[in-house]
Amino acid sequence: MNITIKRFDKHKEPQSIEMSYPIFEGLTLLENFLKIKTTIDPTLSFSGVCRSGVCGSCAVMVNGKAKLACSYKPNDGDMIEPLNYHEVQRDLIVDKTKSHKTLSTANAQLHGEARLENSPKVIVQSDCILCDSCYSACPVMAVNSDFLGPFTLTKVYRYTLQSNENKTSIDAIQTNGVWDCTLCGECTLVCPQGIDPKMDIMNLRSISVQSGYSDPNFANMDFGFGGFDFN
Amino acid sequence: MTTDILVIGSGGAGLSAALKAKELGCNVIVATKTLPTNANTCMAQGGFNASSNDDVQTHIDDTIKASRGIGSPVMIKTMCEKSNAALDWLIALGVPFSLDDNGKLVNRFMGGSTNKRTYYAEDYTGLKILQTLYDTCLKNNITFKENYYLLNLIVDEDSKEVSGATFFDISSGEVQEIRSKSVIIATGGYSGVYHGFTTNGFGSSGNGIASVIRAGGVASDIEFVQFHPTALKKSSILISEAARGEGGYLVNSDGVRFIDELLPRDEVSRAISKEISEKREVFLDVRHLRSEKLSHLLPQELKLCKIHEDLDMATDLIPVKSVAHYTMGGIEVDQKLQTNGLKGCFAVGECSNAHIHGANRLGGNSLLEIISMGMMAGENATNYTPKNTLSQHSQLAKDKAFINAVYNTFTNQINFYEKREFLGKILYHNAGVMRNDMGLKGVLAALRQMQKEFTFMGISDKSKEFNTNLIDFIEFGNTLEVAEMLLVGALHRCESRGAHYREDYPQTNDTFKSHSIFWKEDGVLCAEFKDIK
Repeated sequence: MNITIKRFDKHKEPQSIEMSYPIFEGLTLLENFLKIKTTIDPTLSFSGVCRSGVCGSCAVMVNGKAKLACSYKPNDGDMIEPLNYHEVQRDLIVDKTKSHKTLSTANAQLHGEARLENSPKVIVQSDCILCDSCYSACPVMAVNSDFLGPFTLTKVYRYTLQSNENKTSIDAIQTNGVWDCTLCGECTLVCPQGIDPKMDIMNLRSISVQSGYSDPNFANMDFGFGGFDFN
Repeated sequence: MTTDILVIGSGGAGLSAALKAKELGCNVIVATKTLPTNANTCMAQGGFNASSNDDVQTHIDDTIKASRGIGSPVMIKTMCEKSNAALDWLIALGVPFSLDDNGKLVNRFMGGSTNKRTYYAEDYTGLKILQTLYDTCLKNNITFKENYYLLNLIVDEDSKEVSGATFFDISSGEVQEIRSKSVIIATGGYSGVYHGFTTNGFGSSGNGIASVIRAGGVASDIEFVQFHPTALKKSSILISEAARGEGGYLVNSDGVRFIDELLPRDEVSRAISKEISEKREVFLDVRHLRSEKLSHLLPQELKLCKIHEDLDMATDLIPVKSVAHYTMGGIEVDQKLQTNGLKGCFAVGECSNAHIHGANRLGGNSLLEIISMGMMAGENATNYTPKNTLSQHSQLAKDKAFINAVYNTFTNQINFYEKREFLGKILYHNAGVMRNDMGLKGVLAALRQMQKEFTFMGISDKSKEFNTNLIDFIEFGNTLEVAEMLLVGALHRCESRGAHYREDYPQTNDTFKSHSIFWKEDGVLCAEFKDIK
């Protein structure tokens, strides 16, 4: 019973290697990392704090899907890699600076006054733990690294509902934002907190339209089949 | 790097302090050893205590009673009187507190409280508060230094004024300094000394407290550690008090209920420990609540039991034990939250001992403390005017030399990970829920041996960047400092009071109605008892 961990060290040659480790049965993946570090290989580097799924620090890719290491029990043959679309700093530790910068770009905060009465509408959205699983699952990232990404748009939606002023953030999510999403729903599938960013993005599109914005893809769509020559 | 206010720690206390200082016009840097929001605050489920005008005095009385005689009525009054304003502040920031069908805030009872005053946001109160504070920090352009691990405070030898701190930048592997007019330490508690036997996240090792002691400051009441009655047996993962509040039973392996489950945490924890010491297992039994009710009332718990124990709360008994949960002791501060023995250095939250919780903490008061006192720390640090300008200091050079020594001269012939595990185990079994003279002396001897062996420990990983082996090792060094105070305090407090229980002195003895005080002279730990003010 083994797992394979993709190791990375930018100062080594080759920078990336795959290493196999035995599974400590009955333990979570995060506990396995800890066991490996303390009893087999102290150089294994990973992030993890709370052990109970609420701090968001331990997300990794397991067989190509983002998982919180603290909430997953490994199986024989699992392939463990760092999160997608993040710069790898070492082994499973990634740089979240860029993904979290999107929170500021999108003004994903409360603007105007808080409307307490709307709290029940944001129960799920306010459970986000910034684990970046959704960001790592989003195929738009592969083609547009400036895309604001699912968790930031969910936060924008949360504060839009909670505030009496939403222009600041609705304006900020028109570029590389709501209209760039393909609505594939991968983010919703991987969220460990049961958040549905796809639905939140669809709702943000409606709010955007109500605010006078329109879908730029629709406006630019070329029905002349330009580029295809069927003759 | 220079700023007005340096906040160390990015949990609820640190972020509240940072926001307040920023609001008052200061430049603020928040340094954190992980990323912002990776703090124990996010694990707080229960709620936030806030007392209405006609409840304030009762809230004060409840808190004083829980403190078992060593809480400060002045500090408790300060906190309780600020509680409503703190709740209003959180609501204004957008924390989505739970409402009833009429749109009014709902609150609940917590153990030890006379009135209902605990406000909550589903079962994610701490998480929603922390994430909202972080969003607000971003809105206010507060600067974060991530992956900055606190090494030492920068102190003027003569005046004892603190003017910044040194950090190990985990990203670059360099020792750095941040200079500031005043410093706020908000680094969290030290339940992590009980390695493997705590509900806390990794890294709750009392770094801030250890740095204060090394800088010539004072810590106090370190022997007071709250043990939570119901943590999962294998993983020490917390199962919320709500499980008992909603009607869960505690039964032993004979199927017998052995304690009133709703008694204060310390009493329930002792009863559980007694069962286990008499070779009976202890289980949490919520099967009678049925699956549907459980998924509504305890969704996180259902998930955690499934993942960590592979058990279904609706059909299985859940094996539990009591483990370290919250540390009442910490950095000794005055009524302005300024560290005793140092100047311009404030401490707030679980790392501090503001004499609010005393010998035992009331549920719902920890979130209240980090927010209300956090804002107060931010304000007081802002108002602090440095008396001296320290241009030259040797701390940076000393810390660079230390890191260099760990890389090059510490021999690594002893595996510190094994020692860390061993220390956690013997602390838990001998300086945990039940303590006695012989056990405490034994652990203290073992710990002092580890201190002597420290230079024979070390690191296997010699990489410069993202060397978490090195961080674990420095953290273990801090653990050794804090655990020594815990043991000395527990050994000399020959009485039982609140969470501190001595089998050989089971009664409360008012000769000890005082604070244990710790400081270092020439590198040697000193301790005494000081009267309550």
